[in-house]
Amino acid sequence: MEDFHIASIIVSTIRNAPVLMFAALGGLFAERSGVVDIGLEGKILASAFASAAVAYATQNPWYGILAGMGVSVALAMVQAFVSITQKGNQLVCGIAINIAMSGLTFVLAQFFFQQGGRTPDLRNARLLDVILPGTAALDNIPVIGWLYGHVIGGQSVLVYVAFLLLPIVHWVVYHSRFGLRLRACGENPHAADAAGVSVERTRYLAMLVAGVLCSFSGAYLTLVQSGFFLRDMSAGAGYLALTALVFGNWRPLHTVLGCLMFGLFGAIQIQLEGVDLPVVGRLPGSLIQAIPYVVTVVVLAGLMAKSVAPKAIGKPFVKSR
Amino acid sequence: MKKTELPRWATAFVLPVLNLMSALLVAALVIHLLGESPSESLHILVDSAILDPEGLAYTLFYASTFIFAGLAVSIAMQAGLFNIGAEGQMYIGGLGLTWAVLALDTHLPGILMIPLAMIGAAVFGALWAFIPGYLQAKRGSHVVVTTIMFNFIAANVMNWLILKLIPEGQQNPASRVFADSAALPLLNKVLPVLGDAPLNISFILAIVALVVYGVVVWRSSWGYQLRATGLNAHAAHYAGVKISRTIIVTMLVSGALAGLGAVNSVMGSTHYLSLNFPAGAGFVGIAIALMGRQHPVGIFLSSVLFGALIQGGFDLSLEKPNIPQETFIFIQGLIILFCGAMENFYAPAILKLINVTRTTKEA
Repeated sequence: MEDFHIASIIVSTIRNAPVLMFAALGGLFAERSGVVDIGLEGKILASAFASAAVAYATQNPWYGILAGMGVSVALAMVQAFVSITQKGNQLVCGIAINIAMSGLTFVLAQFFFQQGGRTPDLRNARLLDVILPGTAALDNIPVIGWLYGHVIGGQSVLVYVAFLLLPIVHWVVYHSRFGLRLRACGENPHAADAAGVSVERTRYLAMLVAGVLCSFSGAYLTLVQSGFFLRDMSAGAGYLALTALVFGNWRPLHTVLGCLMFGLFGAIQIQLEGVDLPVVGRLPGSLIQAIPYVVTVVVLAGLMAKSVAPKAIGKPFVKSR
Repeated sequence: MKKTELPRWATAFVLPVLNLMSALLVAALVIHLLGESPSESLHILVDSAILDPEGLAYTLFYASTFIFAGLAVSIAMQAGLFNIGAEGQMYIGGLGLTWAVLALDTHLPGILMIPLAMIGAAVFGALWAFIPGYLQAKRGSHVVVTTIMFNFIAANVMNWLILKLIPEGQQNPASRVFADSAALPLLNKVLPVLGDAPLNISFILAIVALVVYGVVVWRSSWGYQLRATGLNAHAAHYAGVKISRTIIVTMLVSGALAGLGAVNSVMGSTHYLSLNFPAGAGFVGIAIALMGRQHPVGIFLSSVLFGALIQGGFDLSLEKPNIPQETFIFIQGLIILFCGAMENFYAPAILKLINVTRTTKEA
């Protein structure tokens, strides 16, 4: 058990979770408004590529974040146009975006950089970690020094943004006028319409927010975690975020807890690789990776808790005349 | 009289063709931006995937897998179920097939081994689809979400199981090579013009499956129950259809068809189980089901189209380094977007056109 470090598990959980949190909270807006967002994966991948490519070209991570946001919002608007205006199949649209982006990001990365579908290393164009003042002074104190320097401090700006988002999203969804309309459109769009709320406008706005939030996931992957873009590097993060959303019953706090739990599984999996545990022996990493999905299926089956989707989810709104 | 609904010829032919053209137009634009000529690329594509007999055989080889994937998604759609899990079902089907072959291929002749392996693929695919089907029918858990989960669970389980199948002394994450008795008979034995293409009897089986699908869905009482459930589950229930039973059986059939999709590539071409062998064929099945409007002829034509894109795309990538094979993953996505999600994009315009021409004729 000597290789099993609780401290590094905590730190890597905090670093794993933001990718899922941004996308899941973005998806929360889309789905609470009644639009299924299976396209999270494609938006993450596209914004990851745009962020890395632009950050490399300009040597400025902030332009990278802006570019990622632009691409992700554009894709979200395609989804919105198909789902809301065209009243097309939202699931199919999301799958189409995921597949198209998986191909297009590789083609473009290859076209611009010729490195087998990856971008060059970003080096100085990465987002740097924030070093809180006084870290060096506290470093020698056992627990507090570590807590201050490596858990509270020593993270990228985007990590703080991710955790700050939770109270903000909670407030917007449950206590703002927009949030009330959002939930009304997702639960009973005809009632919202009768009350004078424009369902189409609300859903477009929700998709806009989803696009913006989702872009941070992509930017986080390239600008913070890896330092370059690699083909299909989102590796199911969008689907896992969606899983967290379902697991969290489409509520902000529970969804974020789901993301943290999945981040924890990721951290444990890396720690457990090749370690002999008492009783069970060596656990294969790929089975630990499957745990979030199995747990979510169990939750969906109503065996642990009940997961109830927004009522109007996936149904295009047709105004009654 | 103004028409408010499109005639059948418009929804069955004009709309899909227009949607496909739109997707290809966007693709042509991207190819142009990559600095290559779209018309020349199309020329190479058609030459290598359709006009060349060996290329056409490769096209049909890829299409055989896609037909099974498309059928799997289509039969579920007939019952109103959106099975996104064909990919995972095909993957697990490949596992069933491989276990059967690894256990028996040195003892049995091909005539027994091949059907047994197919049964293994179908049973494993069906079992993998059973749980989502059961949860949808009995617990109301949405089949879309559970099949997505099952795709990931399948991928992770296979990542683990394949390590157990690697023969000693090998590094490659794949099972041992099957004995000859598990190799599907190739069609180039009868038609030498097909060259080295691995087109095999599973293409013929795919055609048979299309016919059986058409007969069962439109000419049997079970098919009637299936379509009734898909059109209006409440009405079907009132008419005496057992909804949850229909859902579970449909998912079993859908999973079995997806599992059979593994037979073509594993036993017809690679002859061993490799990591990620379905390579997105299950997702292509969704595109095929939507584009082919769940009709046997439509499924066949769209499968051939996607097969041609893969085969032609491969040759194109050799000639044009700026158009790698991944371009065709992008084009697949575009086709799904235009033919699946925006299928009615042109409907209002065509309806208007029909009404205008009718009124001018009457006047």
